[in-house]
Amino acid sequence: MSRRVALVHRVSGIALALFLPVHFWVLGQGLAMDGFLKWTEQPLVKAAEWGLVVLLAAHLGGGLRVLALEFLPWRDWQKGLAAAAAGIAFAAGLAFALAL
Amino acid sequence: MKTQVLLWGAQRASAAVLALCVLVHLATLIYAVQGGLSAAEILARTRGNVAWLAFYTLFVLAVTVHAPIGLRAVLGEWLGWRGRSRDAALWIFAIVLCALGLRAVIMVFA
Repeated sequence: MSRRVALVHRVSGIALALFLPVHFWVLGQGLAMDGFLKWTEQPLVKAAEWGLVVLLAAHLGGGLRVLALEFLPWRDWQKGLAAAAAGIAFAAGLAFALAL
Repeated sequence: MKTQVLLWGAQRASAAVLALCVLVHLATLIYAVQGGLSAAEILARTRGNVAWLAFYTLFVLAVTVHAPIGLRAVLGEWLGWRGRSRDAALWIFAIVLCALGLRAVIMVFA
């Protein structure tokens, strides 16, 4: 369980680190970014955007877990359970919000 | 060893800042994407907003600290890339990330 959570945390972190320079570059285009926004209308790109949001939520959940593990005097199973619950709830809520 | 402790502290401190930033950012983007996106619409809402400018500047700076330190562990543990060449590459990554990020913040909010 905790190894799998750590792997998700790491892989989502790598993906976000690769995405960020592109994200910043596009936003730096100002009004010229409309061409790019048109490209993002494609279903596959939309799916990828949703994936990125979930990755961000997953990385947040994993990060809160790490902070809780290192800084809160909890027992291991409580930390794992709380983080898993928070992560799943958050990801589900986001998926719903974006699907609207 | 001292470097390790410093990097660990910087990673946790930036994580704490980012936790808050990411929550706000997720809420903002869920709100912003309702009804589609256009550059003109986004910029009309964002430009000249000093509070958001400050918020996203902090966000970019925290990411600039956080992402390279995270990648450093991945490069070392998964690819076996350590030493000065790795740190030099990460410095370049950090500088590029910071420059692109601040450019984006200025373009969107200034």
